[in-house]
Formats: sequence, C-alpha cells, structure tokens
Amino acid sequence: MTRKPAVDTALERPAPGSTIISVTDVTKRFTTPDGHALPVLDRVSFTLQEGEIVALLGKSGSGKSTLLRCAAGLISPSSGSVSYRGRALNGANPGVAMVFQSFALLPWLTVQQNVELGLQAQGVDEAERRDRALRAIDLIGLDGFEGAYPKELSGGMRQRVGFARALVVEPDALFMDEPFSALDVLTAENLRNELVGLWEGREAPVKSVLIVTHNIEEAVLLADRILVLSSNPRLIRAELPVGLPRPRDRRAPAFEELVDTVYGILTDRHHGATPVGGTAKDTGRPAPSPTPTTQPLPDVSPGGLSGLLEILAARGGEDGLAELADELSFEVDDLLPLVDAAVLLDLARTDGPRIALTPDGTEFAEADILTSKQLFARHTVTRAPLVRAIVQALAAAGDHVLREGLFLDLLRRGFSDEDARRQLDIAIDWGRYGELFEYEKDEGRLELEPEALSVL
Amino acid sequence: MAAEDRVPTRGVLRRPGLRPVDIVVALALVGLLYGLLRIAPSLNAPFLPKTAPAQVSTDPANLPYYAVRSLLRMFAGLVASVLFTFVYSIAAARMRRAEKVLLPILDILQSVPVLAFLSVTVTAFIALFPGSELGLECASVFAIFTSMAWNMTFAFYYSLVSQPRDLDEAARIMRLTKWQRFWKIDVPSGMIPLVWNGMMSFGGAWFFLAASESISVLNHQYALPGIGSYAAAATAKGDLGEMCLAIAVMVIMVIGVNFVFWRPMTAWAERFRVEDSEAAEKPRSLVLDLLRRSSLPELLGRVLGPVGRALDRLTRPFGLAEYPLERPAVRQRTGDVLFVLAVSAAVLYGGWEAFGYIQSTSGFGEFLHAFALGGATFGRVALLLCVATAVWVPIGVWIGMSPRITRYAQPVVQVLASFPANFLFPFAVAVFVALGISLNWGSILLMALGAQWYILFNVIAGASAIPSDLREAMDSLGVRGWLRWRDFILPAIFPYYVTGGITAAGGAWNASIVAEVVDYGNHHLTAYGLGAYIAKATETGNHPEILIGVMVMIVYVVALNRLLWRRLYRIAQTRYAM
Repeated sequence: MTRKPAVDTALERPAPGSTIISVTDVTKRFTTPDGHALPVLDRVSFTLQEGEIVALLGKSGSGKSTLLRCAAGLISPSSGSVSYRGRALNGANPGVAMVFQSFALLPWLTVQQNVELGLQAQGVDEAERRDRALRAIDLIGLDGFEGAYPKELSGGMRQRVGFARALVVEPDALFMDEPFSALDVLTAENLRNELVGLWEGREAPVKSVLIVTHNIEEAVLLADRILVLSSNPRLIRAELPVGLPRPRDRRAPAFEELVDTVYGILTDRHHGATPVGGTAKDTGRPAPSPTPTTQPLPDVSPGGLSGLLEILAARGGEDGLAELADELSFEVDDLLPLVDAAVLLDLARTDGPRIALTPDGTEFAEADILTSKQLFARHTVTRAPLVRAIVQALAAAGDHVLREGLFLDLLRRGFSDEDARRQLDIAIDWGRYGELFEYEKDEGRLELEPEALSVL
Repeated sequence: MAAEDRVPTRGVLRRPGLRPVDIVVALALVGLLYGLLRIAPSLNAPFLPKTAPAQVSTDPANLPYYAVRSLLRMFAGLVASVLFTFVYSIAAARMRRAEKVLLPILDILQSVPVLAFLSVTVTAFIALFPGSELGLECASVFAIFTSMAWNMTFAFYYSLVSQPRDLDEAARIMRLTKWQRFWKIDVPSGMIPLVWNGMMSFGGAWFFLAASESISVLNHQYALPGIGSYAAAATAKGDLGEMCLAIAVMVIMVIGVNFVFWRPMTAWAERFRVEDSEAAEKPRSLVLDLLRRSSLPELLGRVLGPVGRALDRLTRPFGLAEYPLERPAVRQRTGDVLFVLAVSAAVLYGGWEAFGYIQSTSGFGEFLHAFALGGATFGRVALLLCVATAVWVPIGVWIGMSPRITRYAQPVVQVLASFPANFLFPFAVAVFVALGISLNWGSILLMALGAQWYILFNVIAGASAIPSDLREAMDSLGVRGWLRWRDFILPAIFPYYVTGGITAAGGAWNASIVAEVVDYGNHHLTAYGLGAYIAKATETGNHPEILIGVMVMIVYVVALNRLLWRRLYRIAQTRYAM
C-alpha cells in the first residue's frame, strides 16, 4: 500500500501560499512499563500552507491528537522534526493558537478577561488589549457577553469564547482539536457554518487552519485537504484534496461520494486483517494469525454490538455506513468500533462504505437471548485472540483459575499500562457475557465456566 | 469614607455615595488597625530568659487583649503556611528532581509530632532574637505553622499535578509568563482545596496555640500573653471559674473566626470551582455578602490594579511558563547523577552524625526503652479508636441520616473538633484525682477529647451523603436490623470513616505528648508512654532523648499509615466509593 496515494494530485493544485508548518518524518513512541516502545505515529510528514484548511481525520487511537500536539510544539516527537516558518521547534509553537474540545477556558475569568489573556501574555498594553479583545468578541458574535463568566454560557457560546481567544492573537495557524464534538448537532452545525463564513470572507485573522476530527462529514465540509490517519499501522493512509466550492452542500453527489470514499478508507483495514471477509482487494499474502497484541479488541460492549446487528437486520441485513451513522446520529468514533467488532467476530462484513450481516450475524440478531449468548461465546473464542488466549490458558490451568496479572503482563508487551487494562476489561466483559469465565474483581481472579470447555 | 474625593463614575451616580454597609466595613477596618497598633510595641517587649514571666496574669480584664494576641499568632502562622505552600508545592510539582526529595520529606514531616520540636525551636528562636520576646513569639507561631503547613501543601501540590491537561496546554500555547501562569491558573485552580484545607488545619491549630503559648523547656517555664497562657495559669491556680471563662472566650474565638473569616473564604472560593455543576449545598456567608455590597472590592481593585500591572511587567524577565521539549541527554544524565550523589551524601552525613551523637550520649539501648513506651501509647491510640468507633459511628449515622438534625449538629461538631481539647484537661484531671484513676488509663480519655470528633464529623458527612433513593430502595426491600448495617450503612460510610480514622489517629499521637503528663493545681500526673517520654525530655532539654522519642514516634505513625490506613483507604477508594 502506498503511503500517500493522492500526493501527485496535491502537487498539481495551484501553489497556495508559503509553508507555515512542516512536519517531517515524525515518529512518536510511548514506552510501556516493561520497556517496549509503542509507536503512536510512524514517520508521518505533512505541511500546512498559507491559505488552506487541513483536516486530520482518523478513528480514536489513530494518533491524530498526538500529531496535532507535536505540530503545536506541546510534546516532542521521538524522532523527526517540526518546524515553523523554517525554524525547528523546541517549545510551544509561537505561530499557533489553539481551540480545544473541552474549551479550556478559565472559569474564574470573564469572557473578556479570557480573551485578553493571550494578549496579556504578549505584553500588549491595556488599552490596545481591550480594543482588540472587544473586536474579536464582536467578530465571533459574543457581543453583550463580555462580562459573563464561562459557567453562565451554553456550550456553543463557550466555544465561541474559545475561538475569540484564539483569533485575538492573530495566529499564523489556527489549530482546532475536535472543536465541535462536545456540542450538540445543531449548535455544532451553526458554529461550523459561521467559521466557514469568516474564512471565506477573509475576516478571520488567520492564515491557515488545522483541524483534528473524527467526523467525516465535518472534514469534507470544512477542509481543502483531508489527511486520513490509520490506526494500524499508524501513519497517514491517504491524502484527499477537496475541490468542492464553499459553502458546501451535504446532499450534493460529489459530497456524498467523498464521504463514502473516506468510509471506505477507514474500514479498509478489515479486509487485510480478517481472512474471511476478503472481497475487494486481498493482498494475496496469507496474513499472520492474529495475537492479542496485534489484534486489539474494539472497545464496545456486547449489548451495543447486538444492538447494531439488530438494527442491521431490521434494515434488511445490509446498509451504507454513512446512512447508518446518519440514522443513529452516530459519529465515526461511535460507529466504527461497533463495525470493527462485528467484522472481527465474523457477524458482519464491510465492503467499502457498506456493511452487511453474515449468516451467523443474521442468526444472532434473530435468536433468543440464550442462543445468541452461545453464538457470541463461540464467535469470541474463535475470533477474538485475547478472549481465546484467556480461555485456553484457563482450560490448561489445573484448577481452571488464574490471576489477571498474568494476562496484564502479557498485554503490556504491546500496550501501554492503561490500554492493557482496557483490553483486559473488554475481554472480561465479552467473556462474562458469553459465560466463558467468571471474574472476581477484588482479587483479580479469573475462573473458567464449565460450559466454556465445550466451545473450545 | 473615600466617597467624596472619588471621580464620579457610573457606579457612583447610580448609587448613593456612602452606603450603610460601608460604615460597617470601615469601622471594622479601624478596629482592626487599632488593635494592631496597640499590640505592635509589646511584641518587642524586653525579655530575659532568667526573669521572663512564667505565668500571665489571670485578671479577666486582660482577656480581650490575650484573645487578640492569640488570634494574631494564628493568622501569622496561616500566612507563613500559605507562603510555604506556594513555594514548596510549585518546586515539588514543577522541578523533576526536587519532587523526588520534597515529597518524601513532606510525608515524614506530616507524621512528626509538632510539640516535640518546641524545645528545639524555642531555643533557636530565642537565640535569634536576643533580649526580646519576639523569639518566643516566633516559636509559638512556628508551632502553629507546623500544624497547618503540611496539609495545605499536600492539597495544593495535588491540585497542581492534577490540573487538567487542556489548561496546561492552553497556558503554554498562549505563552503565559511564569508569573501569569501562577496567578491566572495555578492559584485559582488550587484555591478550593487550599481554602478548605486551610480551614481544617486552622481548626486543628488551636490545640497547638494553646499548647505552645505556655511551655516549659530547659527547666524553665515561659508564658506569652495569650488565651492559652491564661488557661494554663488558671489551671495552675486551680481556679475553676477562670478556667470556664477561658473556655467561653475560646469558643467565641473559634466561632468568631469561622464566621468572619472562613465562611466568607469558602463562599468566595466557590468562584474557582472548575466543574460545571454547582455544589449541591453552596457555602454562603453573610459577611461576604456584606463585603460584596460595600465599596471595598472597588477600592481594592483600584489600589491593587496598578501594583498587579507593575508586577506583571517586572516579572517578565523570569521567562515563559514553558520548558524546552528537548534537552541535551548527556547534560541531563550528568545532572541526575550529581543530584543523586549530593542527596545521598547529605543523607549519609546526617545519618552518621545522628548515629554518633546518639551513641555518644544516650546509647542505642535507649531505643528499646522508647519502643516499649511507644507500644503503650500505641495501645492507648488503638483502644481510643475502637471505643470512639463503637460510640460515635451509631450516633453519627443517626445524625447524618436525618437532614434536620444534621443541619443543627454539624456546626456544633465542627466547633467541638476545632476546640482545643487541652482546655478541658484540668476538668478531666480533677475527676481523675478525685476518683483515683491512674493517668495510664485517664490519658486515653484526654487524647480522645480532641481526637474523637473527627470520627463523628466524618461519619455524619458520610451518612448524609447516602443517596436517598438508595435508602428508599432498602426500605422497600425491607432490609433492616443487622443486615441493614452490614450490607448498606457500614459500606456506605466506610470511605468517610477511614478519613476520620486517619485524622483521629494522627491527632491522638500528637495529643499524647500533652496528655500523658498533666499538672493540675499541685497534682502532677504521669503515664507510662512515649508522649510522657518526649514531654519529659523536652522539659529537661535532653536533646538525644527528644531525638530518639521523635524518631520512634515517627516510626510508629508511618508504619501504621503504611500498613493499615493506606490499605483501608485503597479499599475504600476502589470498592466502597459511591
């Protein structure tokens, strides 16, 4: 697979402005407690030019926030370099202002004080500070709220303060870390449209925008370029230029086509990773059999999974992912782990942007609770490597009892402490639901259920 | 008072020039100023160790003056604690190497019995201010400081290290200076824990005020003018009327400080709450409302504004609140190695010196003796905790389960918890003497006088925090009797009980130093225990024995914390947290 399939198209576009930020071969590794290095980003390169909006899109855990923070100079890459206007960074990027998902406003300062803070840090004198802050507040539609405290404002208004605070320092690059995902759908849409308006009208005093999102439509709606990050391996899988004129119409065929393309890219991994679901483009090479560390379990509950399968069954056993997400008003981060789990357990398969139930999936969706539990048990034991490993180890142990620490140690070879714990918790959740083993939390004790032997 | 010469702003035009509340606030300020001026000269009163008064006059007319002197000491201790808290926590939270040393030190300091150090500090401070009462004054303030500072420092340190990552990133990307970051982010985000811990520690510090104003060190009795000395003098005389008077004044002081200082502070600190949801029962304060309606905030803003701006400019050269992303690895390694070497050298040298000192004076056999004494005191603490638990848990649950009773009982218990128990010692001792009870047993009661309230207080808090729907569910299921206690009430209050138990045990160890040796009139009672050992060593200025006693007590307290309380706390956090 080529790293950047769209790289030549990007070169053909009319040369934008000069380069503001360039990220070169950035690798970020976190070290696990027992000394293994875990890659979060693997030799990622991209540039941010004057006059463009770039979206970093990926599932949770794809390292997109880490990439943003590397580019902002908030964390240092393990190797590779980040430079701002040609100068390598060794500290917070001076040309960047940031908008946070959680807003990150200081609750003890008024709206105006919050907006002025960045100017105060620059040592701007008081009169000018007030003047510029009021102009930014005005621009972002917060007139009349200067003296309010963030606590008194709704989420949408708070994020406006976040934008005003970022815009007032007139940054070269505006960084946004999932700025709309803490807002309700309507408020988010409203704020997005205003942002596009400011950008198109050249009213926003910024030269470029970098936005991190897991919302595909948001990326297509806002960006000139979309960089799609994949979770495994962790690199930029595709770079898609978006040539649509603004304001963009969500129902335009070109728009929907682009959304479907992105869905296809994001679910593409499963064809390689799960041997059965191969439809579109098998690599030909037999994939090495997955282990608990190479095949992490998607973070979903069995209840959520069966909910998805039942909805699919009700919709005729097959549907487009974009339609499904729309119907459930799910975002990619809500839907894709469920899809991943269904595919992993061979209860559904994806084909590009579409998902369909397998025969077992249909049976699962229609069975009564006991049968569906048995079906679930059989599929998890055969398809989920971690659950399989636990059941096998328990079956091999003399009294069918083991401590969880054993599995945690095993998982720590491939995951951080936190992720190892989460993986084990997911496996325990699945195993308990399938009545494969019992779990005693206080002592961290796992005990095999007698019926589980028959499933093996 | 400053209304006439003000430039008429919109605010003034809208409201009458001089508000009635302004008069109240102004009078209060004048009173405060007058009090300070009256005291100022006497702080530096001539003082010669040999002729210093061993007791203060018990004339009731002196009581207001004594009360003000005592209050002044308490607040001096508070100010010192806040300054210490800022410096120490910032160093521990922001300097990677310093943290490794500062945190364990704080952990140990927390377990050191405050009173045991009085003799050392008194001699040091007297030497520092020769011929002036200021030395004794400082020693007393220092004792108060040591009883408040560690808790507040821990609280503030935790608020610093648990700052939301987003706030930290926002501060760095906005390129705030160090000074701006401290005042705009660090202090506000730590304000609530700081104020609440300050209030709790202040309540506990009354005890040490009473104990440190009148002390006997190096075979000499010293007394500072203050409420604690007054009570001590009254006790020595055996005058019950005057003792009751001292208790009444003390109660007024505890309640008064709560009313005019801590209530307003906690209500004011609410503005620094980060969570969106307001606290269910928001602290409110009459005094704060009064101050807010006066023109004081405006006045303060006008005065402090320019000062703040000037400081903001002046501190700019200290640089940004930022650290380089990459440091040369070699230099960092060398720094680490040098740091470890320096610390180990200091520790080894100190240990060696102490070793030599003890060997050449008391000898190490003394440790065995001290450990045996510690066993006796440990037994008392354990017995105290068991009895206090058996008595106060049911009562606390009963109070906490009824919101109406809780409303009245909680403030009372709060006052009881902050009231210095050593004021009550004479009464208890009078009873012991009359009934012929040995202090070996009696000291348990004396220690309990102060310590038990923490258990009651926390159990009430726990019981009143039980969600009412959970209670209704238990009622509808007909869960009652022993089953109700075992499966519902006890688990629900367990986390709170553990908090109360830790505090009570710590308080009891500290109290043992004053509870195992008591004088009442011409009766002198001593118990067999580590507290009495330290008290006696302090009185005679026997430094090696003070050192041994304190070390043994630290070993007991730290071992208990590690082996028992910390485990219980972890269970409470993981298993029984609601």
